[in-house]
Amino acid sequence: MATEPETPVAASAKEPAVPSLVDRYFTRWYKAGQGNGICKDVENSREYCVIGGRIIPSNNTGSIFAPRRICVITLAGSHPVLQSGKAIKGISYQISTNCSRLQNKVSGKFKRFLTELAPLCKIYCSDGEEYTISSCVRGRLMEVNENILHKPSILQEKPSSEGYIAVVLPKFEESKSITEGLLTQKQYEEVVVKRISATTATS
Amino acid sequence: MFPLTVENKHVAQLLLSTGTCPRCIFRFCGVDFHAPYKLPYKELLNELQKFLETEKDELISEVPNPPPKKIRLQELEDGIDGMDNLSQNGEGKISIIEDGSIASKNSNLNVCNVCLGILQDFCEKEFIKKVCQKVEASGFEFTNLVLSISFPPQLSVREHAAWLLVKQEMGKQSLSLERNDTVQLKEAYKWITHPLFSEELGVPIDGKSLFEVSVVFAHPETVEDCHFLRAICPDCFKPAKNKQSVFTRMAVMKALNKIKEEDFRKQFPCPPNSPKAVCSVVEIECAHGAVFVAGRYNKYSRNLPQTPWIIDGERKLDSSVEELISDHLLTVFKAESFNFSSSGREDVDVRTLGNGRPFAIELVNPHRVHFTSQEIKELQQKINNSSNKIQVRDLQLVTREAIGHMKEGEEEKTKTYSALIWTNKAIQRKDIEFLDDIKDLKIDQKTPLRVLHRRPLAVRTRIIHSMETHYVDEHHFRLYLKTQAGTYIKEFVHGDFGRTKPNICSLMDVTADILELDVESVDVDWPPALDD
Repeated sequence: MATEPETPVAASAKEPAVPSLVDRYFTRWYKAGQGNGICKDVENSREYCVIGGRIIPSNNTGSIFAPRRICVITLAGSHPVLQSGKAIKGISYQISTNCSRLQNKVSGKFKRFLTELAPLCKIYCSDGEEYTISSCVRGRLMEVNENILHKPSILQEKPSSEGYIAVVLPKFEESKSITEGLLTQKQYEEVVVKRISATTATS
Repeated sequence: MFPLTVENKHVAQLLLSTGTCPRCIFRFCGVDFHAPYKLPYKELLNELQKFLETEKDELISEVPNPPPKKIRLQELEDGIDGMDNLSQNGEGKISIIEDGSIASKNSNLNVCNVCLGILQDFCEKEFIKKVCQKVEASGFEFTNLVLSISFPPQLSVREHAAWLLVKQEMGKQSLSLERNDTVQLKEAYKWITHPLFSEELGVPIDGKSLFEVSVVFAHPETVEDCHFLRAICPDCFKPAKNKQSVFTRMAVMKALNKIKEEDFRKQFPCPPNSPKAVCSVVEIECAHGAVFVAGRYNKYSRNLPQTPWIIDGERKLDSSVEELISDHLLTVFKAESFNFSSSGREDVDVRTLGNGRPFAIELVNPHRVHFTSQEIKELQQKINNSSNKIQVRDLQLVTREAIGHMKEGEEEKTKTYSALIWTNKAIQRKDIEFLDDIKDLKIDQKTPLRVLHRRPLAVRTRIIHSMETHYVDEHHFRLYLKTQAGTYIKEFVHGDFGRTKPNICSLMDVTADILELDVESVDVDWPPALDD
């Protein structure tokens, strides 16, 4: 039921594995849902992988470089939607009657500022389940991924690259503190392992 | 020969008696040739007195209007009793001086009430010598110079007052006085001082010279002379952000043009009163206009940023392209600072091969500017010997205008690259051959994530003109590309989360990433190639 967190390395390579694009340029942070293995979907649905960009040594303007950390919000490996057997019926960025994340225009800065719990999109599965994906990072919503609207399967096939959900840019002053509420890859893996053993123990 | 004639007598007399110096008197009498002004001050004063005396009887016998009481009172107050007050009718004091040389009696003459000393001591050799000493001490190399003299704004007010006075006096003789009939203070100053500067420094004065000597005068005592103008023409004196005082020369001139004669006379004495002290020199500065050096650079390091990389005051990577080139230039040209620009740029981890990338460096306030082409070649050699991370070619002096060619290149010209690409799937030669046949491929690139924090989100359409593949092994191949300027190559290879479409991953249906990137050529034909 629970799968291992997605590994960044191509398993089939004979030569030393080349880290993926994500891991060469970004650091993964996780937000884990609460509860044990037999958890309700609502809780479990808060499984995200926040790929926070680190300082990239390239192409800097001027002599003072401001390290703003771009974050890409994606689903974490153990999210229910990514479990085998789940089929996505549709994805919608219409999170309320008046608000569609697609209308994230250039102007109107304040509308675009998200708190951690701000919803980004809803995923509708063919088995009737519905998942709301929220931001987990405070910052300015730069864009949402329209590719998954047209082809939801990308979300499942390549959740950490082309199937990303959104791009968020934290405030400069907060760029270091955003990771405070999040787990590193290692910490996340531990949480998942505990959850599995808790589940197997009770089943 | 003394330049004044009978017609000028009344005016000259009036001006002298109210505290105006000989050269200013010449100006208001329309003396527009240089020679008289160049004579020494004392001599001028003597000549003037002689000129005025010879027909003293004439003057006394006339009965024109008495000068307003105000002026006479002012004279007394300002202590120019010694000044011969040959006022026109019995009311005034008439002191007949025996020895005929009032000048020598008053030779530490009061400061001129119009020029505040500018056309007295400040245009004579002694002062010029002092300025030239400073110029020489500044260590600049120059073959000509331009003089920039700045006078305190209140001089315009005094000039205006004197002009009104003279106009009135001439009116009595039924003569008119236009603005152009008088010689401007600055003009006269230049006539006198330019030859003196040239002689002392041994170079000509040339308005187009890049070497500027600027002298700034101020007169704190009379700073408030201008203030009344603000009450009358407030919109001339709007505070601007960078100015210390709103009373700039421009603003004062503007107000003087607007103000009515009666209003002016109510607020400001005509003639102006005599100050106690002469102007002071606030600054004597020398500066040389920027010179430009251009060339092309190669970058052989994969660990070198183009500009210094500093975060929170800490340097993250040693050195930079611009420093490795510019530091030597700064030293040799003895410049204050530099501005580096280039025709596009590459990432820290990207090499620049081939003919290199055009660059231009502006050297600010250089003290040394004359170099032979041999010396420039040696400078290039020095730069190249000092580092193996970069190499420079075609180093040459260029004009400011020529820099435009370089920036043109950035937007319009093509670039060629070579990339080492890794694929997750095993590939064969036939899997990459199709790329060689693709011509003028249009791609849409959203602003790459790695620059999104400092560039606006947008979609850019770019063209990959042609590609050439070289198979390396099952998981690697080299890709040579020729692209439109402004194409993000890395993103074209790995797709940037699918935000660059199409990309190598989508074209080949693999997961691909770029391991190495080199710039093979920047197709801009500037600066001109030199045969080294």
